[in-house]
Amino acid sequence: MRADEEGANGGGATGRPVVELHGVSKAFGPVQALSDVSLTLVPGQVNCLAGENGAGKSTLIRVLTGALRRDSGTYEIDGRPVTAPTPASVRAAGVQAVYQELSLLPHLSVGENLFMGRLPARTGIIARARLRSRARKALDEVGLTDLSPDTVVERLPAATRQLVEIAKVLTADSVKVIVFDEPTTALTEAESKRLLEHILRLRDRGIAMLYVTHRLEEMFEIGDWVTVLRDGGLSEAGPIDRYDEDRLITAMVGREISSLYPESHRHAGPPALRVRGLRRFDGSPTIDLHVGAGEILGLGGLLGSGRSGLLLSVFGAAPIVAGEVEVEGRSVKPSGPRTMMNAGVGLLTEDRKVLGLLPELSIRENVTIASLRSGSRKGLLPGREQAEEADRLLDSLRLRAGSYEQPVSTLSGGNQQKVLLARWLLTKPKVLMFDEPTKGIDVGAKGELYTVIGDLAAQGLGIIVVSSYLPELLGLADRILVLRDGEVAGELPGTATEEDVLRLASGGKGAETPVLSEEIPAPRKGTAPTPPPPGAPPSGTASQPGPASSSGAASSPGVASPSGTASSASQPWPPPPTMLTPGSPPTPLTPLTPTARPAARPTAQPSAQSPTRDPSPPVGDLPRPADPPPSTSPSPASSARDEGRPPPGDGGGAIPPVQDDQER
Amino acid sequence: MPKLIWREPITTTTIVNRPPAPGGPPDLETVPKVGPDLHPEGATATVETVTEAPRRRVVTLGDIAGRESGGLVVLLVAVGALTLASDEFLTGNNLANLARQVAIFGIIAVGQLVVILTAGIDLSVGSVLGLAGASTAQFLVAGMPIVPAFLIGVGIGTALGIVNGLLVTRAKLPPFIATLGMLGIARGIVLVTTDAQTIQGLPPAFQNIANGTVLGIPNLLIVAVVVTGVMWFVLSRTVFGRYIYAVGSNPESARLAGVPVRLVTTSVYAISGLLAGLGGVLLASRLGAGIPTAGTGFELNAIAACVIGGASLFGAKGSALGAATGALIMGVLNNGGNLLAINAFYLQIAIGVLILVAVGFDQLNTRRSAAG
Repeated sequence: MRADEEGANGGGATGRPVVELHGVSKAFGPVQALSDVSLTLVPGQVNCLAGENGAGKSTLIRVLTGALRRDSGTYEIDGRPVTAPTPASVRAAGVQAVYQELSLLPHLSVGENLFMGRLPARTGIIARARLRSRARKALDEVGLTDLSPDTVVERLPAATRQLVEIAKVLTADSVKVIVFDEPTTALTEAESKRLLEHILRLRDRGIAMLYVTHRLEEMFEIGDWVTVLRDGGLSEAGPIDRYDEDRLITAMVGREISSLYPESHRHAGPPALRVRGLRRFDGSPTIDLHVGAGEILGLGGLLGSGRSGLLLSVFGAAPIVAGEVEVEGRSVKPSGPRTMMNAGVGLLTEDRKVLGLLPELSIRENVTIASLRSGSRKGLLPGREQAEEADRLLDSLRLRAGSYEQPVSTLSGGNQQKVLLARWLLTKPKVLMFDEPTKGIDVGAKGELYTVIGDLAAQGLGIIVVSSYLPELLGLADRILVLRDGEVAGELPGTATEEDVLRLASGGKGAETPVLSEEIPAPRKGTAPTPPPPGAPPSGTASQPGPASSSGAASSPGVASPSGTASSASQPWPPPPTMLTPGSPPTPLTPLTPTARPAARPTAQPSAQSPTRDPSPPVGDLPRPADPPPSTSPSPASSARDEGRPPPGDGGGAIPPVQDDQER
Repeated sequence: MPKLIWREPITTTTIVNRPPAPGGPPDLETVPKVGPDLHPEGATATVETVTEAPRRRVVTLGDIAGRESGGLVVLLVAVGALTLASDEFLTGNNLANLARQVAIFGIIAVGQLVVILTAGIDLSVGSVLGLAGASTAQFLVAGMPIVPAFLIGVGIGTALGIVNGLLVTRAKLPPFIATLGMLGIARGIVLVTTDAQTIQGLPPAFQNIANGTVLGIPNLLIVAVVVTGVMWFVLSRTVFGRYIYAVGSNPESARLAGVPVRLVTTSVYAISGLLAGLGGVLLASRLGAGIPTAGTGFELNAIAACVIGGASLFGAKGSALGAATGALIMGVLNNGGNLLAINAFYLQIAIGVLILVAVGFDQLNTRRSAAG
């Protein structure tokens, strides 16, 4: 594998790698966080960094950005060795980073945030006009043409903030490399798509990118090269078209996964939870829902459609003005979390840090906190039995922790979620509600959580799952309720497709989806003033090809590649030269993926400097995931790159040929 | 149903238990190594380690109690040094004196700690102490029997504490502001009612409460020990105590886990007020007079004692024992300074440095454990 990587470095000479890490190791005390990892970033390429939580991705990024000193190995930027990197020197050398946790100052304006630390000023007094004009330029660059530089960051939706963050990075004097650390975690699918477009545009400008994400399909959408870390070491690296989703997961976790989602041969028993006529505030639509014992009910909808609010209301944590809640046939007034908890309802919130964990308390204390009352006698803490029960639960959930006495804040996201799950299981609930259960959780822990959720349903609990991640929603749920603007837009069976959900969630009116305009104040450059042209179909038809093709690419790229190509070819309009032509309505459902690729290609290829992905696969019969192959144009660089970058499996046989056969 | 057995038990053990292999694990080897975890032997082996580990962990609920160990060390060093430096320090007389000096202060500190554990702060304890003491003295002078007067003093403190709590939980004022307001109000009331005059002529029986001894042990010390002990028990052994830590850690999470956050928050201010009232009455008893300005600046000393004893102003960290230790350290330093005839102004500097050192070490520890 390492030999391959060296070969890759040699091959990269065609498009001079801008950053080269070689044999980098880093240890924290006894824990070897990185061992002998190599990474090459080439201009005009998106290198996806994959790996489970704890695989060393963050450490690698921190070494790259100068936040951490490496123990050994070499680091070169533009061929010059970097001996003692600091964040400032690395940034000055052109390596920028967009972090997962937004680094904007919420109370300051957009403009001030963009130039914080180097505000244009004369003798200490801020030059406001200059600040504004520079900010304007930076915002235009990322398409936020409508956003005023004076807007206070606090008031912006998450997606816009993320774009502002990118604008901030682009204002640096030298931008050669951008590191994206899970930029889409806080975004909805539509917002993510827009972000990915921007990344592709940056790629076409010849910027090298390192992209870290938990969403595999994003890698296939925008990646050129993938580097997989496992347990701090380099697992595999290679062009993304050698991989499909299963293969990538295999590389990440070290073994193959037949299916992430539990089988759904459940039948719903008597209703465990029934909600009738719930109104969250005066004038809001009423909501009815029920979930049977042993059933998994999925709640779908766009961000802001009121899913989380609904869960909080049912749980008694948010006020309601009307409605009845019944748990196992007994009427309960959702007056507070405590009442609902005693009635047998549990809620795992979306934001674990803010609404779930007690960070200073130990793992065990976090688990028992909700059950202290029921287990206590005369106000004393419950005895050994409850602690042991908690431990048993944690053991059965396979919590990865040194000791259950350690503070819960020391755990990774997936394990924190397990702690919260154990907390609610200890209360012996009849209904469990999960709000985005796998947000920010790595693939391995995801699979475990899905299994647990399936098992719980099999044990007769009523389960409600809210998820923005459609494959997850469809994979888990027996029945799906789709919310739109705070009301139930419709119900779908578990066998529904992603486009069914999206159509219900967005109301089928592609061009006038309210959510987009509500959440992203500034439409992209060029599209803002153009109303949908007369030729554009007003509803339904416009949205249909979108989800079809994007979901095809998203769910299983390996299989979907022909269909993805077909659908993009069968679109009513030809692939536009830019991301969005006036002909394509600004809807979250436009088929961004397939159009983005061909669009990116012509601009990228003529320049011999930028080694775009070679269009013809080096091994002819490998599946080409999510990539419509315009193999008619063999790029001059391709042959050189083929020699330079043999597929990871060529020598070591790491690509099991069996799998390819299955795919075909 | 497809079983998802992940390889994580094996990796955890390799990372934690095994020193990093020289040169790092070869990449190619990890692939076959991961495979065998499907084998029954591998599975049972990991299960054993998992079941074994919790048994070791069960006993130590004293995780929180461990935080004042640093304070105890400082205390022992100070006591040892003073014993060597001064012949008088380890005499019964001086120790009884020390106990009387520290006791009231310790009671206040323990009350303050409970508030600090919820990430709040009670700036009004000094004023409440003064008001409670002066009021009790006034009622006694007016001829009220000792027990009701005593209880009224404590009751005033509790009532003001409840007001603080309601200001924080219902009016949603920041604790700093709510109790800062109460600091001024309570001090103002006591100055108005007493006309800023010291109230004298308290019955000797009342003065005996604080100045008497049982079996040679000063009453005040006994009260302080009982208060500390009760609070230690409440914090570490009761559901209410755990709720206090939970609220201090993350009130929203606590609420969603069924913790009655408002009730708990109001209660901690009530407790702080109660202990401040108790301290005020005891101080009046010890001094034999109701002094309107008594307790000025106590709030900062109480906060200092908590911090020296390992409490975090961000909540959820600290213990009653720690707060008492912190109070004792400050008392011992003052006492030792007097015995050695060190300028009291230098002592203030020393205590200031001590606070910085205590918190600095704590930060260092946190960072180190985070890095490790």
